[in-house]
Amino acid sequence: MLDTSTQHIKPPSNSKPAAVVTIRHLKKAFGSKEVLSDINMDLYKGENLVVLGKSGQGKSVTIKCIVGLLSHDSGTLEVFDKDVKGLSEDEWKALRIKVGFLFQSGALYDSMTVEQNLSFPLTRALKLKDKNDIRARVEEVLEGVGLLDAIDKMPSDLSGGMRKRIGLARTLILKPEIMLYDEPTTGLDPITSREISELILEMQKKYQTSSVIITHDMACAKITADRIMVMNDGSFVAEGNYDELENGTDELVRSFFK
Amino acid sequence: MVKSVPSSWTKQLIAAGDQVGFMTGFFRNSFRTGFEWNEFLRQSYIIGFKSFSLVGITGFVLGFVLTLQSEPTMKAFGAGSFVPSMVAISVIREVGPVIIALICAGKISSSIGAELGSMKVSEQIDAMEVSGTNPIQYLVVTRILACIIMIPLLTLMADALALVGGFAASNINNKMSATLYFSKAFSALTFADLIPAFIKTIFFGFAVGFVGCYKGYNSDRGTESVGVAANSAVVSASLWIIVLDAIMVQLTSVFAYN
Repeated sequence: MLDTSTQHIKPPSNSKPAAVVTIRHLKKAFGSKEVLSDINMDLYKGENLVVLGKSGQGKSVTIKCIVGLLSHDSGTLEVFDKDVKGLSEDEWKALRIKVGFLFQSGALYDSMTVEQNLSFPLTRALKLKDKNDIRARVEEVLEGVGLLDAIDKMPSDLSGGMRKRIGLARTLILKPEIMLYDEPTTGLDPITSREISELILEMQKKYQTSSVIITHDMACAKITADRIMVMNDGSFVAEGNYDELENGTDELVRSFFK
Repeated sequence: MVKSVPSSWTKQLIAAGDQVGFMTGFFRNSFRTGFEWNEFLRQSYIIGFKSFSLVGITGFVLGFVLTLQSEPTMKAFGAGSFVPSMVAISVIREVGPVIIALICAGKISSSIGAELGSMKVSEQIDAMEVSGTNPIQYLVVTRILACIIMIPLLTLMADALALVGGFAASNINNKMSATLYFSKAFSALTFADLIPAFIKTIFFGFAVGFVGCYKGYNSDRGTESVGVAANSAVVSASLWIIVLDAIMVQLTSVFAYN
């Protein structure tokens, strides 16, 4: 049984900053399989929220619902106080400029160079035309992730860590207000994982983003988390900061810290 | 409660419904503003120019072999002078369009299926969507339209080279001037041969592009599915071509040759 005394999900408090994402009773099923059974979550402005959970519990599905890659079946999902259900394609486009998504694999376009990968969202989402302006923005964000030298390389020439950094740069180039990270350190060695985690923290401070970070990597969670929520069987079962959860009594939650 | 497992017929109907939905998406996005000219030109180059040598050699060999195989029999009946006409009619009406479309199914449809399948697996299509780009408009519309335009042009080029191949073969044993050969070949042709054959290649182009895009875009997540998408794209596109050919021949015989 879950310990409900210290780790139970806290009700939203008025003293906290404004929520940029609010989720209430969110449900999502694929065919007969219910993946999200009752998701309740707030992401507050400026915070890093880490979501922990075993594989297949619905963590990625939750953030894909936030960015509109999947649509939820019932419940409410508000981003910047706007219910995303029924948004038009143009409204989604406008919203996605403010909500960045870093994919697990980096998801760089194989047929484009690093520069073309980074200019793609600028020419699409922001409709920029001035080549000098685009180049300057690409160089600025690449410098931020320490990979300015890779500007002319193809994704196939990059290591896993470099791909993640470039993927992060491509997401940050639109200067989003919310960042969603889908297992940013999966498949990386411990040193590179730490570098990516520190980069996430650095970028969060630089761009003042609010972030949801899906991870199994406790080192990443320790570095980045202001608050942690634990997901099990399609709903959140515990919430707290790193130390509270590590010293809690619930077996499921403690198992992540072993 | 015991849930009924969908029968193979139900699965086929669901798949057919999916294809109709995908086709509707293609037509709807083809007429939207913001046509992706650069990607369309890039795809036209890849599909057209990069298939040039394969299709050209196939066309030449087609005419060459057809002439070598038919010449002895035609001569035995005292109809050796009709070989250029026979090669021209058979290549332009039927053999050229079908063989070139099948070659394109193997080269282009599989390549599109594998490319889009790989983009799906590595979340590049999702990344495109969150970057403010409509992936159907960018990836699917451009590829299908490039196939619709380039495959008829490739077939015309192959038909011309088949006549050159026929001329080369007829000069192995006999001497025939180019003027005589081509005047005999073209004298047998009418617009009723050329136009239905050309229209047929437009439908073949659509089949090659559509099937490749559908199989790739709807592949499952997993590396194995990329191979499955490429393979099933070739098989389905070939089947589409053969069925479309049967329908077009029937329609042509009713409307054009009567």
